[in-house]
Amino acid sequence: MRTSWILASALALAAPSLALADDVGQIKVAKGAVQIERGGQRLPAAVGTPVQASDVLVTGADGSAGITFSDNSLVSVGPNSVFAIDKYRFDTTTYAGEFEGSLRKGKLAAVSGKMVRQTPESMRIRTPSSVMAVRGTEFVVQVDEPPAAPLAN
Amino acid sequence: MRILLPILLLVAAGCAEPPKAVPVAPEMVAVIPAADGHIGTVVVRTGGATQVLHGAYAAQRVASDGHATQASLTAEDIRRDFGGTLAALPGRPATFTLYFLEGRDELTPESRQEMEKVLAELKRRPAPDIVVIGHTDTVGTLAYNDKLSLARAERLREMMIELGIPAERIKATGRGKRELLIPTEDNISEARNRRVEISVR
Repeated sequence: MRTSWILASALALAAPSLALADDVGQIKVAKGAVQIERGGQRLPAAVGTPVQASDVLVTGADGSAGITFSDNSLVSVGPNSVFAIDKYRFDTTTYAGEFEGSLRKGKLAAVSGKMVRQTPESMRIRTPSSVMAVRGTEFVVQVDEPPAAPLAN
Repeated sequence: MRILLPILLLVAAGCAEPPKAVPVAPEMVAVIPAADGHIGTVVVRTGGATQVLHGAYAAQRVASDGHATQASLTAEDIRRDFGGTLAALPGRPATFTLYFLEGRDELTPESRQEMEKVLAELKRRPAPDIVVIGHTDTVGTLAYNDKLSLARAERLREMMIELGIPAERIKATGRGKRELLIPTEDNISEARNRRVEISVR
């Protein structure tokens, strides 16, 4: 039983559309250059690729991508964007959970899910200067490149 | 010149709005109207300040000097700046509710028809996945109903696998008696609460 589960997990790694226990969501939309940074590696992110807590979604100049999370939260990013999933847990029985993500640069659109309906502000999006606690439901965020510092040190 | 620079910095630090030594990334957050007309609220904390953004197009900008201001945008602003990003949002999950014949392992005739709609919805989506959510009425304890609702969801999951849907795409979960369709007191038998919800996404 144990062996067959390990075997199934190994097969799941080979086929990105298969779900793993650690999965917190799935890439549903991917256009242009889209990658996932996971454990120091960059993986191509195609439609159907599962995402995990601590993944970082990175898009190129022509890229955009959309993720559906376990609690039905939807997050998309536009071109030249970096979005990190810092923390994600969701209890499918009680709907208790916590979702923390960071938009380091670029553009993001989001629709909050069951977690926020159960517990307002359980979804939080960070930017370099702010933290957004979400009570519901749809919002957009943009982080531009900082202008060059006036004095180089 | 060497001595002047620290003095200038001290003067700057004494101002009401001290400019940041290093410019920050300019940023913006805006609440947009939900597809279902729901009015959104996002609480933004920037530095020590908290702003509650409530309602369509309520927004806050942070300038490169770190200064935050409230703004109001238009639908046109959002379309221009976020059109491509919004287009990448995944499709909203579609929900179907199915009922079993009382005390049996078989769906009601109406629910068998509903299952056809589920299969059609699956074909419409790229890389669809399914969450089967079992619900119970209020007869029995919380723990008992959590278990019962999960068993009901798992039974439906098996039926869907028999219909040819790949097993790894279907997850069974149980909500117990936490989400009643028809609100009742505790320990009330109510057929409409004994249901299974299918979310296709």
